[in-house]
Amino acid sequence: MSAPSAPAQAGEVLLTVDDLKVHFPIKRGVVIDRTVGYVYAVDGVDLSILRGETYGLVGESGCGKSTLGRAILRLTEPTNGSVVFDGTDVAKLKGEALRTGRRRMQMIFQDPMSSLDPRQSVESILVEGMKAHGLDKDKESTNKRLRELLSSVGLPESSLRKYPHEFSGGQRQRIGIARALAVEPDLIVADEPVSALDVSVQAQVVNLLEELQDKLGLTYLVIAHDLAVVRHISDRIGVMYLGSLVEEATADDLYETPLHPYTRALLSAIPVPDPVVEDSREQILLAGDLPSPANPPTGCRFHTRCPWKQDTQCDTDRPVLREIGAGHRVACHFAEDIRDGKIARHEVKAELVGASADLNPDLEPPAAANVGL
Amino acid sequence: MALLEVRDLRVVFQRRGEQGFAAVDGVSFDVEPGQTVGLVGESGCGKSVTSLAIMRLLAKRGNKVSGSVSFEGSDLLKLSDREMRDRRGRDLGMVFQDPLSSLNPVIPIGLQITEVLERHRDMPRKKARIEATELLDKVGIPDPSRRLTEYPHQLSGGMRQRALIAIALACRPRLLIADEPTTALDVTIQAQILALLKDLVQDTGTALIMITHDLGVVAGLCDEVNVLYGGKIVERQERHSLFAEPRHPYTHGLLASIPRLDAGRGEKLVPIRGSVSDNIPWEDGCAFAPRCPNAVAACRESAPELVPERGGLLRCYNPVLPVVAAREGTR
Repeated sequence: MSAPSAPAQAGEVLLTVDDLKVHFPIKRGVVIDRTVGYVYAVDGVDLSILRGETYGLVGESGCGKSTLGRAILRLTEPTNGSVVFDGTDVAKLKGEALRTGRRRMQMIFQDPMSSLDPRQSVESILVEGMKAHGLDKDKESTNKRLRELLSSVGLPESSLRKYPHEFSGGQRQRIGIARALAVEPDLIVADEPVSALDVSVQAQVVNLLEELQDKLGLTYLVIAHDLAVVRHISDRIGVMYLGSLVEEATADDLYETPLHPYTRALLSAIPVPDPVVEDSREQILLAGDLPSPANPPTGCRFHTRCPWKQDTQCDTDRPVLREIGAGHRVACHFAEDIRDGKIARHEVKAELVGASADLNPDLEPPAAANVGL
Repeated sequence: MALLEVRDLRVVFQRRGEQGFAAVDGVSFDVEPGQTVGLVGESGCGKSVTSLAIMRLLAKRGNKVSGSVSFEGSDLLKLSDREMRDRRGRDLGMVFQDPLSSLNPVIPIGLQITEVLERHRDMPRKKARIEATELLDKVGIPDPSRRLTEYPHQLSGGMRQRALIAIALACRPRLLIADEPTTALDVTIQAQILALLKDLVQDTGTALIMITHDLGVVAGLCDEVNVLYGGKIVERQERHSLFAEPRHPYTHGLLASIPRLDAGRGEKLVPIRGSVSDNIPWEDGCAFAPRCPNAVAACRESAPELVPERGGLLRCYNPVLPVVAAREGTR
């Protein structure tokens, strides 16, 4: 990570994630802390992001998309796998190397109010990161840089002395973006950057993110549940379901020819603000809820709700992400047959999914069980 | 006569010694039996306060409600508390945004449904239990008899919202108010809940007031749409003509600023400048004027009136031209 950054070159791989897993232990007991199970939040994800592109990650709540984003930045410790950022494995970095390495990877959070310290002025918020990474050399250049940052995110210079509560939601999100930009990062992970904002303000922030990318050559990993927003800003999109990627394709390809049954259902569930389209389009309604990530279904994670489920393979073998067509990866045994219309859709009975049934009853106690106080 | 007639509804929040703030400022609309009426707007436009005022759920102190809300001929605002309690749950049902905080966490789901049946339909407990099972089954909860004994925290978000709908429907109300019923839910679950609401309106002839900020939800569900800004209705249209030809600059701006799944990807979004808080009081002109691309001098002098327009209503001095509106609307 301390190696000088290579000149920005589009098309070169900036980030590679290989078999990344994040499992959170479920603890029980008052005196003796037993691990009674694991939440398989992220369970084997492979992806790579090219320099200068926007990679969108979509999925419903609980699918592990935020955990994946946090694990890439090492804000959450990965259980297994590697995250190679520009030639360095972030998952293995320690101490000072990790701290300095973080300069090149920044994050924008969902809730702009709770991610800004209410008792810090905007100036202090922006300078803090620069100081930590030694970019705050002399007063004059810092001031110039601050003004530059504010104008690039479209805030007036007078904002420097103000505090977060004096701004509206959209402006706060702009401060969050300026803070991320302050340390000149290469990769920005944006976790639901617009979902907390009003509809008319969302477009302002989306446009700002696009402008900054054009100007500074940034690479984005955008995590969101709103497929319309993600499709608008992303070059490539990965769809997550219960801890793993089920499909990955370019934004247009994914929308035009979704191959995985879950992607199809997800796309058809999004309401379009046009009554003519709404009246005519076919909806695929999924039965039931997302199964618990603490006790994921066997085989294909989606087989419990899949309208195209077959009697063989689906509930026994876990499909791997395989390439069908250029740059289009999908994790489904029957993707080709579904695409060609050889398999018909059928009714699915909703299975019981409750918070009460979330523990795997036949889970072996893990070898390195945490026994202690 | 319509089922519900809201006339010149005003809600003013006022603290002692301070100037009042009109959250809802002269809103009038009708709801016919079996009709779905949408109230759309961003945060702070007064859509939720309107629904709370109709249900008389606002706090007694600190606000003043005026105007009239006539439901089948009787003014709800003039009823005594006791009479209103009889109406709520029996004639008027409500579904809230956050199902977890609207269900009682320490009472099983079943009891929360049978409670309504016993109170309003005088059912004996046993019969109410059978009815509750049927209701849960109707809203699509699997294994309903087991679910009756479970507590809200044991259900998932979508199931909780279904349970809440079951409670609201327990007495077959003639009017159901849904305040952002799917905002807290995932899209696939949202699609399930919207399909459920649609079926219920069709099967039972219940009138529905749908309050939401999501124009996509409105497009698929509502017959008539009211767009609110700063506590006033700025545009009312039948849904097809609203989306095909949005005339008010605010409606037009909202539609242009949301990315659409079926639009080309290269198109840039056209945001509305400023934020919801940048408005001027209606007394001094049009509240939307500071953010409006079409604003003319008259907009800052006096507030425009709500005038009839293509079978709907429009409140604007300088609306988007029909040609431009039609092109932008269909994209």
